[in-house]
Amino acid sequence: MDKKVKKSERFRHFFQVLWAVITNSYLIGFVRGKIYQGKIKNVCVPGMNCYSCPGAVAACPIGALQATIGSYEYKFAFYVAGFMILVGTIMGRFVCGWLCPFGLIQDLLNKIPLPSKLKVHTFKGDKQLRWLKYVILLVFVILLPLYLTDMIGQGYPWFCKLICPVGTLEGGIPLVLLNEAMRATVGWLYAWKNIILVVTILLSIMIYRPFCKYICPLGAIYSLFNPVSILRYRVDSEKCVNCGACANVCKMGCNPVNNANSLECIRCGKCKAICPTSAIKIQLFKNKAEK
Amino acid sequence: MGKKVDILSNGITILLLLIGMAFLILGIWREEYAIVMGKAINICLECIGIG
Repeated sequence: MDKKVKKSERFRHFFQVLWAVITNSYLIGFVRGKIYQGKIKNVCVPGMNCYSCPGAVAACPIGALQATIGSYEYKFAFYVAGFMILVGTIMGRFVCGWLCPFGLIQDLLNKIPLPSKLKVHTFKGDKQLRWLKYVILLVFVILLPLYLTDMIGQGYPWFCKLICPVGTLEGGIPLVLLNEAMRATVGWLYAWKNIILVVTILLSIMIYRPFCKYICPLGAIYSLFNPVSILRYRVDSEKCVNCGACANVCKMGCNPVNNANSLECIRCGKCKAICPTSAIKIQLFKNKAEK
Repeated sequence: MGKKVDILSNGITILLLLIGMAFLILGIWREEYAIVMGKAINICLECIGIG
């Protein structure tokens, strides 16, 4: 069984790497210290991928959402919201498990071996802390860019500015290293964002995907679609022997037997791979047999 | 019989697909992509911790 899980994980990581390379394929940007300025940047990628990453060929949906609702022309982002609703309705948090480069980075960091005492599976307040990402979405991604504006009515991307470690890792560090003019302008904000990044990296070694669980506003949006998404899991109650293997293997803390499409499920597929009776299935659309 | 897709229980999913498509088309019609483009082709100083 363990072999099956390892095989499914290897395939997922291969897919994650492939997607990260495709969506960050402007390799010359890493040499020149500049970003891609072509027309594909009209379009968003489904996962968290900073558009200021030198390799990024498309836009970050959370950055794009803040930019649109923070602009003085538009106060509602139909374009980005429509994109997120479509992606969320089609695959829910499958994006987090398979199509997010920062998810991949956290997955790999969590593989770093530590004494078992330091590997935290859950802790007191874990469930409550999961609500933080919804608060961050509401306050830093929607309300502040919408209402905290300058004289011409322009808002700032507060989540990107104060919290997002993805921009620091993918954009801030490479651009500051490669671009001398930028190096001269770093200040307290850059230091603050690097502290957040270092804390995220350290926590990711100890806790599985802390950014996805507690902070990510994009994960918060997609999670709302998990119960109704087209791509979904189903537990065949006739085959399920209630052995608990699926709940034990889930690093996001889900129990597929109780809820196969919970808000926290990132569709990594480990539960499906470990199930001894193959009771967990992937299906498209809800069918009548589903509870 | 049990495996048949139930249109009624998938009603919310289908409605969301339609809303998503309508929003996307409306956003393209309002040329919101120009804002996305404008932000994405210039280095976002806030995102990288400089601005």
